[in-house]
Amino acid sequence: MKKGRVWKYGDNVNTDVIFPGKYTYSVLDPEEMARHALEDLDPDFAQKVKPGDVIAAGRNFGCGSSREQAAACLKYAGVQAVIARSFARIFFRNAINQGLPVLQSGEAVDSIEDGEEIEINLALGKIETKKGVFSFSPFPESVSGILEEGGLIPYTKKKLEKNKERRC
Amino acid sequence: MGKTFSEKILGLKAGKEVQAGEVVTVSPDFILSHDNTAAIIKEFKKLGIKNVSRPQKLVIILDHVVPASSEEYALNHKTIREFVSEQKIKNFFDIHNGICHQVFSENGFALPGKLILGADSHTTSYGALGAFAAGIGRSEVASLWATDEIWLRVPETIKIEIDGVLPPGVYAKDIILKIIGEEGAERANYKAVEFTGEAAEKFSLSSRLVLANMTAEMGAKNGYFKPDEEILQWLKERAKDEFEVTASDPDASYEAVLHYDVSSLEPQVACPHTVDNVKPVSEVEGEEFHQALIGTCTNGRLEDLEVAARILKGKKVHPDVRVLVIPASRQEYLLALKKGVLEILVGAGCLILNPGCGPCLGAHQGILAPGEVALSTANRNFRGRMGSRDAQIFLASPATVAASSLEGRITDPRKFI
Repeated sequence: MKKGRVWKYGDNVNTDVIFPGKYTYSVLDPEEMARHALEDLDPDFAQKVKPGDVIAAGRNFGCGSSREQAAACLKYAGVQAVIARSFARIFFRNAINQGLPVLQSGEAVDSIEDGEEIEINLALGKIETKKGVFSFSPFPESVSGILEEGGLIPYTKKKLEKNKERRC
Repeated sequence: MGKTFSEKILGLKAGKEVQAGEVVTVSPDFILSHDNTAAIIKEFKKLGIKNVSRPQKLVIILDHVVPASSEEYALNHKTIREFVSEQKIKNFFDIHNGICHQVFSENGFALPGKLILGADSHTTSYGALGAFAAGIGRSEVASLWATDEIWLRVPETIKIEIDGVLPPGVYAKDIILKIIGEEGAERANYKAVEFTGEAAEKFSLSSRLVLANMTAEMGAKNGYFKPDEEILQWLKERAKDEFEVTASDPDASYEAVLHYDVSSLEPQVACPHTVDNVKPVSEVEGEEFHQALIGTCTNGRLEDLEVAARILKGKKVHPDVRVLVIPASRQEYLLALKKGVLEILVGAGCLILNPGCGPCLGAHQGILAPGEVALSTANRNFRGRMGSRDAQIFLASPATVAASSLEGRITDPRKFI
């Protein structure tokens, strides 16, 4: 996987600051969604984020609403992965279902500095930072399958097609 | 070793014995979605199949921006209505019914022992009626519509025993705010929260809904109360399906057992910008605000409106404060109307809005300007939630919001009881 610049944030980064509620039913276009990513936390982010960048944050990343746009807007903004000390449950599922890797490693988060370049290897479960290499548990097969397909919708589509073929 | 409620329900659905930590594949009994149904339809259409697999399981309730406040919202609603008709979805509730969690409950879908999944984080509410109910995302709902199955992790359970007798002027909302303040916004992440204890067992359905609803603010997957006789009676004429009350075994294994005695609890206030930033009202008294909101899926039922009306009866709200009242549903609206509750509130200078989510999620009907402060009975106070990112939101009980509306600043409601 390629290297990415880190945007570092604190604990409890919630879905309202990631993707404000006022846009949830009116902003549907991916590019426009990306322009609002993290708007109420860091207005600079959407303007300066580059494809392959990484978000590193503290505890309970993505707490709050079930809105999947919170995961989707980060993916559309080019974020390759989010590393956090912990993730809120629904965000964790939504991110996987959008094909956005979410990596839990408090050690990595402690070591990473805002703005540094890090390298992530999903298959090996490794995060390489300036200060060292940190591991995270690789995803179970059910989850990695969804990530490999780029999200739950393409994953389900493939599954439905396979079932259909079997029936034919 | 006995089983917890969550282990029992997910085990039943998976067709085998399960323990906390296991991942199971299950089919829910009902699947809720609201205005986000339009976005779900878009995902569903990508799957390359024509029909929803079990249309009878879908419950679609329009509530987030009702009636539509813009062309985009109107188009969303139109897309949903067309889909409902095309897929022959009979459990559809259009814009005049109220907030999804209230409407879902009062129409008898939230039933003891059922597995309910919804595209809304406050789906946890139905634990108030003894259901296993959790929030999921829109891709998952679209996928469920197609396949009727989903993976879920069986959650560990935190038992919260609530004992003592609530002092006058202190309510269910104060209890859950106190718990979230003590335990933190992440304490129950991925976990189930079960409420027991002599105080909790006496709670009305309305109060139980407040606690179950706000377990989401502790990160919980689901909340749970064992239904009592009164709730079973309430369900009798509403239940849309047969059901069986399921509860944890006495020797079930819990991740933690927490004890709260509410006998000396003070009214509580969640301060900006997190729900776990909770202080007793005495520490925030005097804080000025511009807009009050009494309503939402947390506190918009008759019980809440009555508490507010008792405080506001024959008085006038402070001239510098706008007080918005939003009954949680048409049914609750009608009850409040018949009982004269709304007359008292209107007489006091409150503005009654139509049942729905209102400004709670910052989409319409009372958006905050930069620098403004709101005092709300809702469940979330994140930065920017009700409009400007430079606004502030305090959360409290309907009593605290009503009493504070008279003074124009945060006030201890116990003076008015």
